[in-house]
Amino acid sequence: MTGISTDVLLDIHRRMVRIRTFEEEAGKLMESGKIPGALHLYVGEEAVAAGVMVHLRDTDQITSTHRGHGHLVAKGGDLKRMYAELFGRATGYCKGKGGSMHVSDLDLGMLGANGIVGAGPPIAIGAAFSNKYRGTDDVTCCFFGDGASNEGTFHEAANMAALYKLPVIFICENNGFGEFTRQERHQAIHDIADRAAGYGMPGVVVDGMDALAVYESAGEAIARARRGDGPTFLEYKTYRYFDHVGVRGMGVIYREDSEVLEWRQRDPINLMEARLAEQGLLSPEGAAEVHEAALADVREAIAFAEASPFPEPSALMEDIYTLTASAGGGA
Amino acid sequence: MAEMRMRDALREALREEMLRDETIFLMGEDIGLYGGSYAVTKGLLEEFGEARVIDTPIAESGIVGAGIGAAMGGLHPMVELMTINFSFLALDQIVNSAAKLHHMSNGQIHVPMVIRMASGGGSQLAATHSHSLEGMYAHFPGLKVVCPSNAADAKGLLKRAFRDQNTVIFIEHTANYAIKGEVPDDPDFLIEFGVANILREGTDVTIVGYGGSVHQATRAAALLEEQEEISAEVIDLRTLQPLDMDTVIASVKKTNRCVIVEDAWRFGGFGGELASQVMERAFDWLDAPVARVACKDVPLPYNRNLEFAALPSEEDVVDAVLGMFKE
Repeated sequence: MTGISTDVLLDIHRRMVRIRTFEEEAGKLMESGKIPGALHLYVGEEAVAAGVMVHLRDTDQITSTHRGHGHLVAKGGDLKRMYAELFGRATGYCKGKGGSMHVSDLDLGMLGANGIVGAGPPIAIGAAFSNKYRGTDDVTCCFFGDGASNEGTFHEAANMAALYKLPVIFICENNGFGEFTRQERHQAIHDIADRAAGYGMPGVVVDGMDALAVYESAGEAIARARRGDGPTFLEYKTYRYFDHVGVRGMGVIYREDSEVLEWRQRDPINLMEARLAEQGLLSPEGAAEVHEAALADVREAIAFAEASPFPEPSALMEDIYTLTASAGGGA
Repeated sequence: MAEMRMRDALREALREEMLRDETIFLMGEDIGLYGGSYAVTKGLLEEFGEARVIDTPIAESGIVGAGIGAAMGGLHPMVELMTINFSFLALDQIVNSAAKLHHMSNGQIHVPMVIRMASGGGSQLAATHSHSLEGMYAHFPGLKVVCPSNAADAKGLLKRAFRDQNTVIFIEHTANYAIKGEVPDDPDFLIEFGVANILREGTDVTIVGYGGSVHQATRAAALLEEQEEISAEVIDLRTLQPLDMDTVIASVKKTNRCVIVEDAWRFGGFGGELASQVMERAFDWLDAPVARVACKDVPLPYNRNLEFAALPSEEDVVDAVLGMFKE
């Protein structure tokens, strides 16, 4: 942990705890039928979002996935507007029109969770292109999973990113499953980062349960992109504690309970807290305070959402087309 | 005014808009060094440089997705997809992202982008290169769909497309590229979307077309006047989304008959939508059922005779009109 400031370490820890709390409470609400639709929860993968996002500015963009809550929480998303969106309320980020899989916050450079597996990478390279075109040193982080790494869109985007040396970082959250299909049953390679060489960019395999390893590897890749040296492929080996959709996760046919328990032994938040305690940077009481504060924020957000109105029927046909004039100075 | 081919008018529009707005850039397969498969972007790489005229890999989904991301990043991309048939490879990005993001994000996200693509048959390129799918794009809420039939409209509509914050699907019929016409050189020459053009006034029947089929309609109208003394009004829709149905309805109420001509497949086609709207709004004025002339419901074959047997001709339009005057 040498060389990383205490503030940053505590910030990473706080972001992870906020994601975990947000997701666990959301899972309960979905299971009890209070939140409709399908939630794809990020529990177990928190180190990736937190370790990457702590490097980013509001003007840096991210593209997210169907499992996108953690990315927006880590990027500083407003928990109230997020929960309101999950509850389908008018006060939500998307006024209840997008839901869990399409939450976005352009002010934070969060270009959207995405209900289509693999739709994000081409959009990410386009955003990166816009940064380069305008001469800024902002970067775009493209989150996707092992499942999406088999989509043609990913290959097209990776090829173009390297060809044009775009300031984009491909962040593969390899949680071992494409929906319910285990990695070895959906691709013949073990390390997806092996593919990076095929596009002409560096590929790095990193322990995605170790927030500091994530922080350091992402920092290097982001700095490289800011310098104008092009894209990097980062593969984070991580794990989804819950099911593809919803919570359950244990007693299912597609994986052994022992496997889940084994991964939970290396829980990213526990790991971080043990290290911080070892260094004397965060006491167990201090950690408990962070969890309590996160829970208070999440409960406040849920109360806000539940008290919020549903969208009026008149909102249905709004925002199909924009009437806004061209941003480029046109009529 | 200057006389030029439609492809040159399109190039003029791109040039003028790029000079006006620095956020506009062009991206597509072989559009730079080679000048575009239909020579629309010829010379633009030399004039605007590699930063703004970008040759891409053959990767339609990647290109369109990159356009979406660039648009979200504040630019105004023009993506050329060579032909509408290849746009299937990018359909997820066009439909699930470009068309939906504005509504799905509560209006936060705008995707100002122009996607140009060639359409139409008649060149013996067979079934993967020859179809007309304008109506398919008009089916998706959130997209605007433009299909010019002549050089002046092509320029005015393409310039107008860059003044729009929505994604515009801009479809160019290959048979129209070489057709010459007078084109205004005023840099502010714009043609508003959703305004149909009455190409020829008439009193006995309304013939509606768009893109390439406008020409069968116009030739048929001339034949009908010469040979049958039937006065046909010809309407060029110019844009399918937004759609200027008012002009069509007003015409049908005057002529009491309506024939719809399109190069696209008949079954489930855009002509069905038009016929339905005419029925809903002008039923009491109709002296005959609305007639449709369209491509036969078959993948377009390579052989010239077979291909022309599938595509609608002016004779088919004439026959459809004459059928309305028989008892």
